Amino acid sequence: MQLTGAEIVIRCLQEEGVEYVFGYPGGAVLNIYDEFFKQDKVKHVLVRHEQGAVHAADGYSRSSMKTGVCLVTSGPGVTNAVTGIATAYMDSIPMVVLTGQVPTHAIGQDAFQECDTVGITRPCVKHNFLVKDVKDLAVTIKKAFYLASTGRPGPVLVDIPKDITQASTEFSYPKTVSLRSYNPVTKGHAGQIKKAVQLLLEAKRPMIYAGGGVILNNAAPQLTRLVRLVGCPCTTTLMGLGGFPATDPQFTGMPGMHGTYETNMAMQNCDVLIAVGARFDDRVIGNPQHFYRADRKIVHIDIDPSSISKRVKVDVPIVGYVADVLDEMLKLIESSPQRPDPAALKTWWAEITEWQRKDCLKYDTKSDLIKPQYVIQKLYEITSGDAFVTSDVGQHQMWAAQYYKFDEPRRWINSGGLGTMGFGLPAAMGVQMVNPGAPVACVTGEASIQMCIQELSTCKQYHLPIKIVNLNNRYLGMVRQWQEFFYGNRYAESYIDALPDFVKLAEAYGHVGMKIEKPGDVDGALREAFKLKDRLVFMDFITDQTENVFPMIPGGKGLTEMILAEEL
Amino acid sequence: MRHILSILVENEAGALSRISGLFSARGYNIESLTVAPTEDVTMSRMTIVTIGSDDVIEQITKQLNKLVDVVKVVDLTEGNHIERELMLVKVRAAGKDREEMKRLADVFRGRILDVTDKSYTIELTGTGSKLDAFLQAIEPGVILETVRTGASGIGRGERILRI
Ligand SMILES: Cc1ncc(C[n+]2csc(CCOP(=O)(O)OP(=O)(O)O)c2C)c(N)n1
Repeated sequence: MQLTGAEIVIRCLQEEGVEYVFGYPGGAVLNIYDEFFKQDKVKHVLVRHEQGAVHAADGYSRSSMKTGVCLVTSGPGVTNAVTGIATAYMDSIPMVVLTGQVPTHAIGQDAFQECDTVGITRPCVKHNFLVKDVKDLAVTIKKAFYLASTGRPGPVLVDIPKDITQASTEFSYPKTVSLRSYNPVTKGHAGQIKKAVQLLLEAKRPMIYAGGGVILNNAAPQLTRLVRLVGCPCTTTLMGLGGFPATDPQFTGMPGMHGTYETNMAMQNCDVLIAVGARFDDRVIGNPQHFYRADRKIVHIDIDPSSISKRVKVDVPIVGYVADVLDEMLKLIESSPQRPDPAALKTWWAEITEWQRKDCLKYDTKSDLIKPQYVIQKLYEITSGDAFVTSDVGQHQMWAAQYYKFDEPRRWINSGGLGTMGFGLPAAMGVQMVNPGAPVACVTGEASIQMCIQELSTCKQYHLPIKIVNLNNRYLGMVRQWQEFFYGNRYAESYIDALPDFVKLAEAYGHVGMKIEKPGDVDGALREAFKLKDRLVFMDFITDQTENVFPMIPGGKGLTEMILAEEL
Repeated sequence: MRHILSILVENEAGALSRISGLFSARGYNIESLTVAPTEDVTMSRMTIVTIGSDDVIEQITKQLNKLVDVVKVVDLTEGNHIERELMLVKVRAAGKDREEMKRLADVFRGRILDVTDKSYTIELTGTGSKLDAFLQAIEPGVILETVRTGASGIGRGERILRI
């Protein structure tokens, strides 16, 4: 059957089982939009800014394990989408981005709304394609979905010139596709796995450090079994929260710049560290020179060979899907009578318990001002720990990560790698879309929320009852914190003057707004908001402006050089 | 350490910029880069000469392999290999220097491709260091123009890079 390029795009999406496409129309994609109009299998969600489209597709993917899809027009549509694409790339989120392009004959002519999409996005996609012949369109889209979701996932972009959407060709969608130059190693090396297990079982002070790879590869069940079987402490990074239950006594909290005291001490002092789908990021281990210890063995399991021995030299590298590698490790351990020396493990736990006594996440609970940490704790209680929580970037993000205890994977959705303010609300839209009826909270700050505030309008159109928890400290809080600690209290441009009345703003968009100014009102407001099951509620919590995130490791310092609240 | 990386890449538009972009984005050195099609029209072969510690070279190799257009990467310097570079150099050659220049070209097995009454254009192939040596052997003042291709390389004996 002969189909036009535009028809082919829609057919491909249908074949891939895509439910939602997040997008925004424009000249170069009009033919594609016309085809959306003629069918109702693939639903289109009209955002208010292309950045929102990409974050929404991203949140959709993170909370569902599916590949997110978005569609934008050429030129400004693409440049607006770049922040979203880079965000997804840094966190390895499977995504297909379809972009319109000027007609092939106009490419290179500085045509209206032309930009070098493939060039601009090259460093922030897993791969990208420019389709130059309609005959290549279907197979290119197939490749895009395949690349996006296999190996180390990531966004893949397909740039489609307008004349290609008009031209016709015979349509057939390939069932499978393979690329000779793309063969990720997915099965871990048996010998290496054996070595890793041996190290773990012989360890006196073992520790497991899990990252976003555990979430992406759906390896939380395997990780949980392994940690419980071995009896060692487990930490999960900002990207790995929910990969191991936070309420489990073996969970020691997050590592890194705002990690817990006990985790950072344990990371530094363990004798065998098993890194699973984590990448020894600078925010996690601080300065690699400080982190280094000759007497600590490191096992690193990751799908991406280039993540291994990039920042930290490891003793046992294992390349493969983390779920598969953990399965193999579990088999070996379960069939072996050996376990880590119980006496040594007891001493190790005693040491950790001693560190835990610091109670590094305690905060002033007697204040007359609303403490942001308290709001998150209440949010946790009132949602029974069962909500999807998205966040923006700043102090509120760290408090959400520290005080909301995630027991399940894919419940905590944030921009860890790129740290993109403006992510939270559009990401929550994608989350709510794929989890209708589930409680979805967006924890944000008064600065971040304003970076994609226009999406409140999208939420109205699609009836997305997101609960926005705005921790309003009238400051670019995280910036102010750095200025307080490292710039002699010179708060350069970090005070946000002339804030809008968020209650009126929410109402103007057709939502419910609430302003909460007293600690005593926090609980009631949250309860009331979550009772409004079919409404978006914007809760503007006026919080203590001076509150800081603790513990904190200053940039360039080592894991044990934490600043604790009590020390100030 | 200087390394010569041989890379088979898909003959796709943009493959070169993915590779050069990788080097600039991650701050790796490129001393030279050559690329041309192979006997298989769907593939090009690229030779990159780079300098870095073992750790850096390991990262470069891994990052190159991660690019979807890259089919294969080999570090030629890990084994016996042949390295060749072509240089065309135009030199002033007048009067009594003329004979001397010709003799020097002969010593380096160069070929004179073009002659005017004041200049020679000489073709030289060899390793990068041989070409450097030639340039050092002649007076800097007589060099009018040089153009070099950058190194190409191939493994010795049974070492073969193909898919
Ligand atoms: C797009 C973008 N611009 C700038 C920054 C740098 N930045 C990090 S945190 C922060 C302040 C965020 O303020 P707010 O949203 O109010 O959150 P708070 O830290 O006060 O909780 C800024 C400006 C960023 N992460 N993203």
